[in-house]
Amino acid sequence: MNETVIEVSNITMRYRLATERVDSLKHFFVKKIKREIRYENFFALRDVSFSVNKGEVFGIIGNNGAGKSTLLKIIAGVLKPTTGAITRKGSIAPLIELGAGFNGELTGIENIKLNGLLLGYSKKFINEKLDEIVEFSDLGKFIHTPLKNYSSGMKAKLGFSIATVVQPEILIVDEVLAVGDINFKEKSEKKIRSMMEGGTTVLFVSHSLGQVESLCDRVLWMEHGQVMRIGASEKVIKEYQEASKSK
Amino acid sequence: MNQYLSNLFKYKDLFFELVRKDIKLKYRNSVLGILWSMLNPLLMMVVLSIVFATLFKHEIPHFAVYVLIGRIVYQFFSESTNFAMDSIYANGQLIKKVYVPKYFFPLSRVCSSFITTFVALVPLGAVMLVTGLSFRWVNLMFLFPMFYLLIISAGIGLILAAINVFFKDMKHFYSIILMVVMYMTPIFYPASIIPEKYMPLIMLNPLYTIVNMFRDVMMYGVVPDFMSHLICIAYMLIYGVLGLFVFYKTQDRFIYHL
Repeated sequence: MNETVIEVSNITMRYRLATERVDSLKHFFVKKIKREIRYENFFALRDVSFSVNKGEVFGIIGNNGAGKSTLLKIIAGVLKPTTGAITRKGSIAPLIELGAGFNGELTGIENIKLNGLLLGYSKKFINEKLDEIVEFSDLGKFIHTPLKNYSSGMKAKLGFSIATVVQPEILIVDEVLAVGDINFKEKSEKKIRSMMEGGTTVLFVSHSLGQVESLCDRVLWMEHGQVMRIGASEKVIKEYQEASKSK
Repeated sequence: MNQYLSNLFKYKDLFFELVRKDIKLKYRNSVLGILWSMLNPLLMMVVLSIVFATLFKHEIPHFAVYVLIGRIVYQFFSESTNFAMDSIYANGQLIKKVYVPKYFFPLSRVCSSFITTFVALVPLGAVMLVTGLSFRWVNLMFLFPMFYLLIISAGIGLILAAINVFFKDMKHFYSIILMVVMYMTPIFYPASIIPEKYMPLIMLNPLYTIVNMFRDVMMYGVVPDFMSHLICIAYMLIYGVLGLFVFYKTQDRFIYHL
């Protein structure tokens, strides 16, 4: 049962911040000839390695700007790391930017179809699951309203419902449980828990340490793009809390 | 490689949806809708015929058909590459947030232009009928130049889309290139007026061979010679491979510039 599903080895993410923004050809060549283009290196992630086993609930904590979201984006395949490698086994449902690709002019239903396609579902599959998604989203009659009239909570609900309609092998959750009202929060937590029981591996990022502690088996604590600790949730969270206090 | 193919298969519905959306978007809010795809080349043909008929009429029989074919080919090329150029930038918000195969955006736009171009072939048939050109089986060979053109445009579209992410100036620069291509293509003048010494230069323009091939099968009922097929296939391979290569090499860096 100790099968590794996510293997992150020595990932470094370097951004080159140009000291000046150059976005016209002429500018570029003039600068290039004068050798005036200078870059500052910024490391969003520095030599990060870890692995996650099948069925594990793996938490990632750290202060803002520690590189958590960058790491999740790399795992989800949105970003490519500068160096290092990552292997994933199985399908991924990223709950990172819920409703990325939503179109404000289209109605809820139309957005379900579009967003489902963006997540790589087939048309047939979406049509089969449409009712289930609408049902779970709790949006009622608003499902036929253009999305531009939705509140941010409603959009998040819809995004969550679309992304979790499949039982993925890897689920990436970034702070999404913080949105939506009490009822939906409970509902979505329940859904995630049921997925865990079904053997889904979960990557969980949150600032709510209580939630992390209750959900996760192991926790990764990051700071300034580097791994500080990996280990059992309680222990790592305690260390993190102490470190934060003593600052 | 295998992974790419399975990915392509997984997202195929998305691709069709993008093509559909592009076509829908193009005619959004217009009363005549897709009819414009037929009207546009027709009206262009009328204008060009009136303007240039006096100049070239004696040299070119069936001048209207001649102009129409040139126009359709050029229109497809300019529209699809222009449209593809902007595609990555326009979908930047999406690319930043979710993983989607990025080449879908330029390619779907080229494909949607390709489909509307097929619609434009309807008036071509009508004009041929009216002007008394007879239909022959060889006409069906127009699929060859169309296919070559599709691949060439897709390759160039991929290159432009990649460049445009890094340098927004490309858009302005490309409009000049398109104009040069237009004058280098015998759309409304007979190819015979090109002085011999400029021919090597003209041959650099892939549209030249394609337009000629198109006219050969549609107007003159001639099977295009082996040489012109060879030239087109060479262009197709060069632009197709170059396009994929440039796009593949740069796509991971798009995200920093969007």
